[in-house]
Amino acid sequence: MADALVSLRNLSRDFHSRAGLFGERRVLRAVNDVSLDIEQGQVTGVVGESGCGKSTLARLVLRLLDASGGQVTFDGTDLGKLPARRLRKLRQRMQMVFQDPYSAIDPRYSIREALLEPLQVQGIRLARGEAAAKVDKLMDVVGLSRKMAEAYPHQLSGGQKQRIGIARALILQPSFLVLDEPTASLDVSIQAQVINLLEGLKSEYGLTYLFISHDLGLVRYFCDRVVVMYLGRIVEIMPAKNATPRHPYTRTLLDSNFEPDPAKRRVVTRLSGEIPSAFDLPPGCAFAARCPRASDLCRRERPELTSSAPDRSAACHHPIEQQ
Amino acid sequence: MTLLSVRDLSITIGRMQPLDRISFDLAKGEILGVVGESGSGKSLTAMSVMGLLPLIRGRISSGQVLFDGRDLTRLKEKEYRALRGRRIALITQNPMTSLDPVLTVGSQIDQVARLHLGLAPAEAKARSIDLMQQLRIPEAKAVHDQYPHQLSGGMKQRIVIAMALAADPDLIIADEPTTALDVTIQAQIMQILVELVRDRGLALMLITHDMGVVAQTCDRVVVLYAGRVAESNTVADIFAAPQHPYTRALIGCIPREALQPGSLTGIPGMVPNVLDYPAGCRFHPRCALAQPVCAETVPPLAPAEGGLAACHFAGEIAPAKGVRHG
Ligand SMILES: Nc1ncnc2c1ncn2[C@@H]1O[C@H](COP(=O)(O)OP(=O)(O)OP(=O)(O)O)[C@@H](O)[C@H]1O
Ligand SMILES: Nc1ncnc2c1ncn2[C@@H]1O[C@H](COP(=O)(O)OP(=O)(O)O)[C@@H](O)[C@H]1O
Ligand code: SF4
Ligand code: SF4
Ligand SMILES: [Mg+2]
Ligand SMILES: [Mg+2]
Repeated sequence: MADALVSLRNLSRDFHSRAGLFGERRVLRAVNDVSLDIEQGQVTGVVGESGCGKSTLARLVLRLLDASGGQVTFDGTDLGKLPARRLRKLRQRMQMVFQDPYSAIDPRYSIREALLEPLQVQGIRLARGEAAAKVDKLMDVVGLSRKMAEAYPHQLSGGQKQRIGIARALILQPSFLVLDEPTASLDVSIQAQVINLLEGLKSEYGLTYLFISHDLGLVRYFCDRVVVMYLGRIVEIMPAKNATPRHPYTRTLLDSNFEPDPAKRRVVTRLSGEIPSAFDLPPGCAFAARCPRASDLCRRERPELTSSAPDRSAACHHPIEQQ
Repeated sequence: MTLLSVRDLSITIGRMQPLDRISFDLAKGEILGVVGESGSGKSLTAMSVMGLLPLIRGRISSGQVLFDGRDLTRLKEKEYRALRGRRIALITQNPMTSLDPVLTVGSQIDQVARLHLGLAPAEAKARSIDLMQQLRIPEAKAVHDQYPHQLSGGMKQRIVIAMALAADPDLIIADEPTTALDVTIQAQIMQILVELVRDRGLALMLITHDMGVVAQTCDRVVVLYAGRVAESNTVADIFAAPQHPYTRALIGCIPREALQPGSLTGIPGMVPNVLDYPAGCRFHPRCALAQPVCAETVPPLAPAEGGLAACHFAGEIAPAKGVRHG
């Protein structure tokens, strides 16, 4: 195994809620026993449908949210054991770009103020000229005109806001970025601009990315490795390129992807059924109700994530045979 | 047989002219994809055909909307109302814009059949349940009596489709019907729509920004850019030999496994606002092939490779990169 910059071990997070005002207490395990190594210099992609726990995982990894169980190690340091002050210091090296570019930026801040805010949080003071130079440089790096630093968020397009979100994450010169659906609200044309920017930054600064998306086509293009989540758990880990799924859910996701080639048409899906409620999960495999391969064993016993090759693992009793 | 023929349609909203000479045809049993980035005029085209422009203080300034041979631009609102829901139905991106939260979903489907087909309540209900089953809604009888908030997004969108089908329309206009849904649910809904067109001989105008959905489901495509038609052709030709640089660029933006890293072409800049549409070809500030003439003269929509394209250099463009696999 190459060097892991970030290691997750048995990471879980519960949310408590009530069904209605006087209803019974319910526990939702948004992230369930997730273990993963994020290797230095790699792009690790996380895919899955709405509510499967991607954003919760992202926040756990950066400890923007406390875990209910398990461990996150960043470059050998256990984040859970770190006092607040040292955690804040370490945050300089790991930053997040959010799903919704509109919510991540305070509307009252000018772009310049928004960009410099992470420095203030870190208690880093720069001379005025130095700060101005830094903002200019960042605007160049993310491909925006320097003049735009005086604008306010409402004056920017979605793509421009997303670039600002990236610039803001870069100002502390981190080595690790968690990107939570950074292009989900953008047109493909603008998404392509943002992805090209991220590709360039990665090779220029040797960054490591955890890239979250619900678009398997995008993840297979941009990432080195794909992690597939279903209802809070990892169900498969596989290389992004030249690999076919072993887990039936990954297969379903792949079949639901509309390939932009009319010469390769197919019946889009035969999958019926919907994702079960995360509150009352069945005892066995969570995918059993929708799975064409489900057996009695699947309904009884939950399959563990087991590896079949150094770079592959799946949680399935009857994985799809590889040609 | 052509069911809908939009010819040189231009509209105004106040002093804005968001659509300029839009033309396309749609036949029965056919799916027409209307594509383009956001702000290119897709939804306004849908609203124009539905006769809904007065709602946003807009009006058709020239051109025709021929439906079954009749020019809808001359209809009075009362005549339009008899057509909407009955012969032309609309499915929107957010199912809650079509659903009333305080009524059961079943009663809302019944309502359409009762209003337009004059069915008795019991008849309408039986028909709704039948429709819901055809759309593969599990336990349709029970779902009939549920309220919108009790259903998932995918289920609500099926209810909206059932409402659209309730009066047995000839034309369905679907404006980004799956954009808000998860990928597996999106695939299910698209499958249902495609089967409806094939089985019932409906005509479907499918508005989407997703070229993957277009490739997998449409017969013909019209590409809009900044309120004008950039190109229209069969889906096979649009992907195999796009004649307009904008179409080609859109296809080059789609990430997929087979693409080499760093080879997404992207399109620089962004769609201009209606109030500052550039002179000449509206795509020229973003076009890699632009020449001086492009900033001055509007390229006419002219025949190119079996379809129509509005580019001074259509036909001189090399085939698209990246659509070929392996
Ligand atoms: N603060 C919270 N309180 C209660 N439940 C929460 C909270 N945050 C998330 N959840 C629940 O945890 C589950 C996972 O949510 P999460 O936001 O991580 O999903 P996601 O995979 O990012 O989805 P999407 O694709 O929609 O962004 C969901 O069921 C969600 O409703
Ligand atoms: N109600 C309206 N009033 C004024 N301008 C509008 C209105 N609706 C849309 N527009 C403008 O018309 C153009 C096309 O919009 P629209 O048809 O909604 O695009 P699309 O559906 O392709 O995203 C955009 O520039 C948009 O800002
Ligand atoms: S464990 Fe069984 S039900 Fe679950 S994905 Fe595998 S085959 Fe399907
Ligand atoms: S007319 Fe000119 S600017 Fe417009 S698409 Fe063709 S080459 Fe590009
Ligand atoms: Mg999320
Ligand atoms: Mg629209």
